[in-house]
Amino acid sequence: MATIFGSGIKRREDPRLITGAATYTDDLKLSGLTYAAFLRSPYAHARITRIDISEAERAPGVLAVYTGAAVKDRLVPVPCAWNVPNCNLKIPPHPLLAYDKVRYAGDGVALVVAESRAAARDAIDLIEVDYDPLPGGVDPEKMAQAGAPQLHEEVPNNVAFTWVVAGGDAEKAFNEAEVKVKERIVQQRLLPTAMECRAAVASYNKGTGHLTLWVTSQNPHIHRFLCSVMLKLPEHRVRVISPEVGGGFGSKIPAYPDEVLVSLAAMDLGRPVKWAEDRSENYKVTIHGRDHVQYVELCGTRDGKITGLRTRVYAGLGAYASTAGPGIPTILHGLVYSGAYTIPNIHGTIYGVYTAGTPVDAYRGAGRPEAAFLIERLVDTFAREIGMDPIEIRRKNFIPADKFPYTTATGLTYDSGNYPAALDKALSILDYKAFRKDQAEARKQGRHLGIGVVSYIEICGLGPSQVAGAVGFGGGLYDSANVRVYPTGVVRVYIGGKPHGQGEETTFAQIVAEEFGYPVENIEIVSGDTETTPQGWGTYGSRTTAVCGSAVKVAAQRVKEKARKLAAHLLEANEQDVEWKDGKFSVRGSPDQSKTFAEAALMANLAWNMPAGMEPGLEATAFFDPTNFVYPFGSHICTVEVDIETGQVHILRYVAVDDCGPPINPMIVDGQVHGGVVQGIGEAIQEIAIYDESGQLLTGTMMDYAVPKASQMPHIETAHTVTPSPVNPLGVKGVGEAGTIASAACVVNAVCDALQPFGIRHIDKPLTPARVWAAIQGGKEIAR
Amino acid sequence: MKRPVTLTVNGTVRTAVVEPRSLLVHVLRDDFNLTGTHIGCDTSQCGACTVLIDGLAVKSCTQLAVQCEEQAITTIEGIGTVDALHPLQAAFWEKHGLQCGFCTPGMILTAVDLLARNPDPSEEEIRHGLEGNYCRCTGYQNIVAAVQAAAKTMRAEPAGAGV
Repeated sequence: MATIFGSGIKRREDPRLITGAATYTDDLKLSGLTYAAFLRSPYAHARITRIDISEAERAPGVLAVYTGAAVKDRLVPVPCAWNVPNCNLKIPPHPLLAYDKVRYAGDGVALVVAESRAAARDAIDLIEVDYDPLPGGVDPEKMAQAGAPQLHEEVPNNVAFTWVVAGGDAEKAFNEAEVKVKERIVQQRLLPTAMECRAAVASYNKGTGHLTLWVTSQNPHIHRFLCSVMLKLPEHRVRVISPEVGGGFGSKIPAYPDEVLVSLAAMDLGRPVKWAEDRSENYKVTIHGRDHVQYVELCGTRDGKITGLRTRVYAGLGAYASTAGPGIPTILHGLVYSGAYTIPNIHGTIYGVYTAGTPVDAYRGAGRPEAAFLIERLVDTFAREIGMDPIEIRRKNFIPADKFPYTTATGLTYDSGNYPAALDKALSILDYKAFRKDQAEARKQGRHLGIGVVSYIEICGLGPSQVAGAVGFGGGLYDSANVRVYPTGVVRVYIGGKPHGQGEETTFAQIVAEEFGYPVENIEIVSGDTETTPQGWGTYGSRTTAVCGSAVKVAAQRVKEKARKLAAHLLEANEQDVEWKDGKFSVRGSPDQSKTFAEAALMANLAWNMPAGMEPGLEATAFFDPTNFVYPFGSHICTVEVDIETGQVHILRYVAVDDCGPPINPMIVDGQVHGGVVQGIGEAIQEIAIYDESGQLLTGTMMDYAVPKASQMPHIETAHTVTPSPVNPLGVKGVGEAGTIASAACVVNAVCDALQPFGIRHIDKPLTPARVWAAIQGGKEIAR
Repeated sequence: MKRPVTLTVNGTVRTAVVEPRSLLVHVLRDDFNLTGTHIGCDTSQCGACTVLIDGLAVKSCTQLAVQCEEQAITTIEGIGTVDALHPLQAAFWEKHGLQCGFCTPGMILTAVDLLARNPDPSEEEIRHGLEGNYCRCTGYQNIVAAVQAAAKTMRAEPAGAGV
């Protein structure tokens, strides 16, 4: 039969999504439902001196009002799940509602539960709070200096950790280098902006003592774990269901106070409670991304060999250590400083800094875009310094294709790669030499064209559980699948991952269909309910296909092996003589003697005629724990024109060549690349979360935060090379974050190339017209 | 003080008793259980709540329900079913014009209006026409492809439009 693995079939999840029949968390209605609303701090940093909830409690329809003081002994503070070792990490308590101090504008102060959403909102306005404002600050570099306002008493200078990555001898390399370049780079705060805001519905059964929590989660099992800790409920009494989820981009990984407080209220009231964030609340409260101030140096020889990389990074964590917060700028950032290159000497010092802003956690790419950006920017700067072409310098420093597995100076072992091949492919699509000619011609006419190249790698498929433990991640990183064949032959696959747009209901069905010789219509992927799915660790870090997909394949193979034994029995043949051919089990040499997979499934479920000792039923569970991470890679090239009168950046062409191993569904892979690239372009040219001096988020609504629109974004040309990974049975890597990791640096490289005549080496993103124009005028960099 | 409002929703006359401040989107979702209309912002930027009012694409968070008295509202549930998809629904499926699906209903209804006004739009016209609808997943590329494909189908079979 035609191979289904590798085919761009239409998605199986789409019919419900295009007809309005999908159920997102806020769509749920339960009998007796009540509604919650939060009072949030208007101050970034202040002492709470008085709270009066009496008027709110008396308001019509109000059922309960909670303050920080009322819940602090009933709930365990919000845990941080990534306790990065060997960096003196300090994690101060994160109360679910503030009771003594608020530490960012948006910190929860009180919760109201009422008969309607409007009644809850109205009652919020009746709560009186007196605050004593304190000095704050959201700049991670400034907040780490002596004398900066002190956010947590237990964290001197707000420095949560000082983490060092080192390999080779960077000091020696820099001392001996012929060429050194350096840059200060600001990775601006970004707002993840999943189109669906967060929401939670909690329902408590007093009879059984079981809590059911529907929540917008990328990782329901992690949510169950953390919520059970905070609620002091045993894990088996907490069922987390993550229904349809409208995007996450990292923002729905963390456990937030909100869903826990809603759960507590549901337990107290004996009625279900719903809370749905609005966008302004989402921008204030749901985690932000990036927020680094980076000092970066690169050194090497005059003929273009890079010999050393050194960084000092101030990474803002926001007011509290979010679920994965400390791991993002360390493990997922510093360890990949070698990029696609053989850099023998690397040294990085990362300061994690608490600031009076919204907590910062994983946002698409999570640490890796901030690394790829600094490497790829500095490689360009270095090339320019020695008068070398940016393509040539990359070729000169690439890890050669015959050196894999390759161990970097930072101690990672890259699984597989062929970096020159991806670059060659990109150059076969976009004629570099011809563009350089056009560029020279255009310059004569006063037009400024530029070309940017990025060759990135990323660390994905997180990851071996043993490594997770060694780097302080508080969970495993294996994943799981239960493949269950029903009597009719229909297959349901219960997975530990939680797709929320990535299309695994289709790609995972393709994996099983390939294994069983089935149409995908016979296979259904089930996710998101901790009651029915085996323990898994969720969907993030471009891990689901490589890790959970591998579990699906292994479980399917186990099922097939049992079916084969059963088929042999039914065919009265020796097991060794039964082969899988044309989608059937047949006796070697007698192809007319055969059993379909469905026939074997029926007998396994009826068990009327089983081989001696074989258990009835046809299902298998697999827990797949990879032996290494996977390292997707690629080369992106884009061309731009900069209007020097206005500073406007126009993207002319964008070519993305990505290698994620064999694509299961090329249509879905391309869709992931499109979305990722556009998120990175947004980061490059328009997105920035801006706080004022007092810690107010000025870009607090969609009116102010520049989410990319259809009219602002280019057409993206995609292509692929295929280098299988040896670390999982599918050979796949991951592609969810690749586009974002590559594209921000690619666009900025192109703009800086266009502006060479102005002597401009670097402009901090986002490259808004105002910033570009100011740079062209030789003006100072405008305030962030 | 609550008051009744009568709307024609997806061809059926329906009445709800609402607060004067109730937004159309809330009445559709809460009173009529038409949860295919989504809420993605609170400043009328994102377009996730787009519906058709008398055939024109309108962000249903910009309308008080009481303003829509006696008007004909069409939501995503009203333009096609899984067995009889609207050409735009079919094209979004065919061209992978959605990932998480949250923006999709609003996106499709905006495109219905767009194609009614301009049956053969260029890529630029489509991108401009969808400016009021945000998508964070697809990078818009396959949405544009879907609208182009639907336009072609609908030009070939204008009766198939269904709205």
